[in-house]
Amino acid sequence: MSYQYNIGCSLENLKGVRDFIRKSLRSHVASDVVLNEIILALDEMCSNLMIHAHHCNPDHHLEMHIEVAQKGKVIFEIMDDGEMFDINRFREPNIDNLVHEKRKGGLGIRLVKSIMDEVIYTTLNGRNVCRLTKTIK
Amino acid sequence: MVHIKRLLEDGADILAVVGEIDASSSIELDLAIAKSVGEGSTKILVDCSALEYISSAGLGVFMSYIEEFRDKNIRMVLFGMKEKVANTFQILGLADLLHISSNKQEAKKLLNELSV
Repeated sequence: MSYQYNIGCSLENLKGVRDFIRKSLRSHVASDVVLNEIILALDEMCSNLMIHAHHCNPDHHLEMHIEVAQKGKVIFEIMDDGEMFDINRFREPNIDNLVHEKRKGGLGIRLVKSIMDEVIYTTLNGRNVCRLTKTIK
Repeated sequence: MVHIKRLLEDGADILAVVGEIDASSSIELDLAIAKSVGEGSTKILVDCSALEYISSAGLGVFMSYIEEFRDKNIRMVLFGMKEKVANTFQILGLADLLHISSNKQEAKKLLNELSV
C-alpha cells in the first residue's frame, strides 16, 4: 500500500499531517505507542522543514509518501524544493546543555534519530528527498 | 489545538492541558506557565490526562523552565499522562529532569515533599 499527502508550509497544517499518518497506518500498526512515535518523528521532520527550509511560507509545499512494504517495513519520503535541510549535519545536543541554554530546538532531531531506523537524503528530478525507514516489530 | 484550563486547589495552581501540543500550539503552554509564575505561584501541577499528543516544541517549553524554577524555588509536577505521551518524554530521558507522577494524589504528595 502507498499513500500520499501534500502540505503547505504552515505550522497550522501539522495537525493534518498527523491525521494523515494515523489514518494511513492505523491498520498496519497495532501499538498505539509505536504509531504515536512514528507520527511524532514525521511531525518533527515536517516542522523542521517548514521553519528552517521554507520559513513557514504556506505557498511552499512538502509532499509526503508512505509505503508499507513487506515484513513490517514502512518507508516515508518527504519531498520538497529549495535548500536541503539535512538533520544528519546537526550534532545532537546534550540534554544538560539544552536545560542550561534554554534552547527550545534540537530535541526534535534527537527524537527523529531515536525513533527511525534510518534517515537518508537524496535528490530526484532536482527535488530534495528525505527517506525515513522504520521496521515495525 | 490545545486548550488550557486553570484551577486553584489546596494552594497549588493546576493547569489542565487538553488536546495536542505541537510547534503551532506550544506557545499556549508557554503563556499559561508564564502567567502562573507571573502571578506568584510556587506550586504548579500540570494535569496531562487529556493531553493527546506532545512534540518537541512542547517538551522544550517544560525544559526551558527547569533552571528558572530551580532558582526561584518553584515546584512543578506533571501527572496523568497517557502511555503514548509518557513514552515521548521517556525517549529523550526527560522523565529524569522533570517531576512526573501517575495521578493527582501522588503529584500533590510529591509537590509537598519537594517543598520541604
